[in-house]
Amino acid sequence: MRLVIDGLASIRSGRPVFSGLGLVLEAGEALAIMGPNGAGKSSLLRIVAGLLPASEGRIQLEGGDVDTPLAEEAHYLGHRDALKPSLTPLETLGFWQSLLGRPLETPQKALEQVGLGHTANLPSAYLSAGQKRRLALARLLIAHRPLWLLDEPTSALDAASEVMFNGLVMAHLASGGMVMAATHAPLGFACRTFTLGGRS
Amino acid sequence: MIAAFIALFRRDLVLGARIGGGAGVGLVFFLMLVTIMPFAVGPDMALLARIGPAILWVAALLATLIGLDRLFQADDEDGSLDLLRMSPLPLPLVVLAKGLAHWISTGLPLALAAPFLGLLLALEPKALLAVTGTLLVGTPALTFIGAIGAALTAGMRRGGLILSVLVMPLMIPVLIFGISATSAALSGTIPFMTPFSVLIALALFALVSGTVAATLAIQNAEG
Repeated sequence: MRLVIDGLASIRSGRPVFSGLGLVLEAGEALAIMGPNGAGKSSLLRIVAGLLPASEGRIQLEGGDVDTPLAEEAHYLGHRDALKPSLTPLETLGFWQSLLGRPLETPQKALEQVGLGHTANLPSAYLSAGQKRRLALARLLIAHRPLWLLDEPTSALDAASEVMFNGLVMAHLASGGMVMAATHAPLGFACRTFTLGGRS
Repeated sequence: MIAAFIALFRRDLVLGARIGGGAGVGLVFFLMLVTIMPFAVGPDMALLARIGPAILWVAALLATLIGLDRLFQADDEDGSLDLLRMSPLPLPLVVLAKGLAHWISTGLPLALAAPFLGLLLALEPKALLAVTGTLLVGTPALTFIGAIGAALTAGMRRGGLILSVLVMPLMIPVLIFGISATSAALSGTIPFMTPFSVLIALALFALVSGTVAATLAIQNAEG
């Protein structure tokens, strides 16, 4: 399985963000997308996720089920954690698991993997920023998606959590998954780097 | 797909019922509007009984508008809407599940409270029954018409006002046929079922067109 992006261009409110973007991501490979603020890192991830329309170009997941849209083959972790303050972590993950389908880990196991086993039944409102980010990361583990689209995945994480996160990513890559991560800081796992140009 | 639909429907019901969910706000507003009416109109029982159904319907319409702005905005703000859009559940079904859950937590309580509040307005039993019946059918129409405005204003801060202005005109036919069915049940000059059938048709039409229009609005929110 591999992701092929060809001749991709994005125009947002009349302003070209990037154009002629092409890259190939093989199974088991990670790609760090670097670039200054406003270079279009987040836009690129959102276009791949199908949340933003591309003005031109082609994105294809080769070797996947032709009937499944790319959005359903990808996990998207944005700036926002998509948590409801009044739901507990266990309820949150249970809900996403039923909605996303193709279950992988049980919610309880996923919480233990990100070190939140002890807060399973506490409303998410009581979690710290770092714990909320870890809960958002746990969502990646409960449903099978070959492609992970991560936007600043390590923001709000402490050093120990970053090591935990690197472990999760490496396990995902080892099982043939793919990762695209927009980031400013260097990532703690082996990855190619793709740099988006600055402001034009 | 059915499991995913039920999961989303249940999550929205739970969120509505918990602290910060706001399911009770519309009901309390409805209660306040109806209870202050007799003070404003005066202790004229005959007058109250005559305008009672209209008071209940107008109050229910305004109470419906109160919670609508949060229907998609809450999910848009915290990023959940992005994930819902990427999920295997088709977007129209996402909208339908959220709309139905919203109706059950905000619209249905209004219809169920109407007969008790009708007593405050000196409505006769036949009128109580007619108002409750028309509200049961009319409130889902109001919710799904409102869903269009809620989807259009999901990304807007303080979108509630624009939402009300957008959807209020579309709600007027529902109000007209809701009231005329109620008065038909009381006066008997035309059969009750004539305006009531139109009300049912409006509700079904709103269910379908509201879902489709809200889906399109969410899909094209960014570009």
